[in-house]
Amino acid sequence: MAIRRGRGYAAVNYPTGMNLGGDPSQALIHATTTGTFVVSLSSVDLGQGLKTVVAQCAAEVLGLPYGNILVDTADTDTGPHCMGTFASRGTHRVGNAVIMAATEAREVMLAVAADELEVDAGDLETDGSGFVQVKGAEQKRIHITDLALAAHFKQGRTISGRGIFLKEKNDPVPETGEMDPDSCQAHACTVAVVDVDDETGVVEVVTMYNAYEIGRALNPATVAQQVEGGAWMGMSHALFEATEPYYPARSHGPADFSEYLMPTAADIPEQHSAILERPAESGPFGAKGIGEMTANAPIPAIANAIYDACGVRLTAMPFTPERVLRGLDALTGG
Amino acid sequence: MASTVVSLRLNGRPAEFLARPGTSLLSSLRDSLGLMAAKRGCAQGGCGTCTVLLDGRPVMSCLVAVETIEGASVRTLEGVAADDGRLDAVQSAFLDGFATQCGFCTAGMIMVAESLLAGNPDPSRDEVVEAISGNVCRCTGYASIIAAILDAARRKREVDVV
Repeated sequence: MAIRRGRGYAAVNYPTGMNLGGDPSQALIHATTTGTFVVSLSSVDLGQGLKTVVAQCAAEVLGLPYGNILVDTADTDTGPHCMGTFASRGTHRVGNAVIMAATEAREVMLAVAADELEVDAGDLETDGSGFVQVKGAEQKRIHITDLALAAHFKQGRTISGRGIFLKEKNDPVPETGEMDPDSCQAHACTVAVVDVDDETGVVEVVTMYNAYEIGRALNPATVAQQVEGGAWMGMSHALFEATEPYYPARSHGPADFSEYLMPTAADIPEQHSAILERPAESGPFGAKGIGEMTANAPIPAIANAIYDACGVRLTAMPFTPERVLRGLDALTGG
Repeated sequence: MASTVVSLRLNGRPAEFLARPGTSLLSSLRDSLGLMAAKRGCAQGGCGTCTVLLDGRPVMSCLVAVETIEGASVRTLEGVAADDGRLDAVQSAFLDGFATQCGFCTAGMIMVAESLLAGNPDPSRDEVVEAISGNVCRCTGYASIIAAILDAARRKREVDVV
């Protein structure tokens, strides 16, 4: 009886967005009286960090500090249309829509500044700290708060912009089946190192190495969190989680958190992650979607590592001690 | 049965409210007192996100019948930062170490860490893991949370030395 170590890997190509009804999302941006830019969306942030990255996109295009952006996702009945946050599409679709809206709003912002400063809008630039200034003559400038006040109460203009991302639905070529259903694909690979106890059948994930090609990491901290949190979730699917009972009777099924098993802090492997950036032409600043894919590759990687460790090829999740032991018994004719 | 008046010390101040029999501490905090940091995750003691400190000990507030703790001292996440809003060492370490994603588990994680570090200023990694073993996080994979609590311990020790 021994602990057997094994290593396995698996790779995933994951599409960003889907091919249903054009998969559109819209964004509206307007400036308040004091120069806060409100990004109105129906796209919901349920913790994935969408508000963070779309605020970054808006700030980058407008040339204003991040703190000047307020993302409002209040109401899907009254907000601009969004298909939803699924298919790893949020950052890509909504980011693009926000960039388009912010580009239009920036044009108005510069036109208002041009009238206030009595210069040509083409000679203006943003300094990133809240001022619009004349290129080469930076002392001639106006702060976004004064600019917004002038637009509202003097010039009578709205500083606003409209944005939409729409990739037309793509039908397959009848002769070849060829089609273009997504906007780009992210790529990833997980290497898992596991220890299999051949007496108890318990599998422990020791280390996971994650390599992700994601276009551009708009926010490296949230990317790292998504990659490693997703790897944990993949490991959880692989080894623990099942809503169906392991045994035929429903009474053996998990009914609450004490029976629905998932790894907690004591079960986590050491993780090493590498992010590769090859910007996608269609992505906002080159970003691809990496929502769902992060939980994909860890599962087959762990299955392959178990096979490498003890020769048991498991094809049904979760890879429970019982299944490992039955596999070992089958190998030895026991 | 009639409701009873419950008196507590809540985040250092007296609090008094009406509770129906069997009302949980969590429901009292959220529904009667308007303190929304402690979350209602599973409402059966399985997820830890409702954790608060009861006389200094971490408890799952969904499992505590509030009429049984008359006169006790309760501390929630709302009472962790200084009165001027300055974050304490645990909160700062969570923020700087990005030990959160959706935020639903964060209040419970921080309260458990507060309790751990109050009794053990220099915990090992295993002791941190044991302390948060009753708290479920679905986003982070836990590593950043463990690192943040160890970082908070370092920060607190440095402050104490100064």
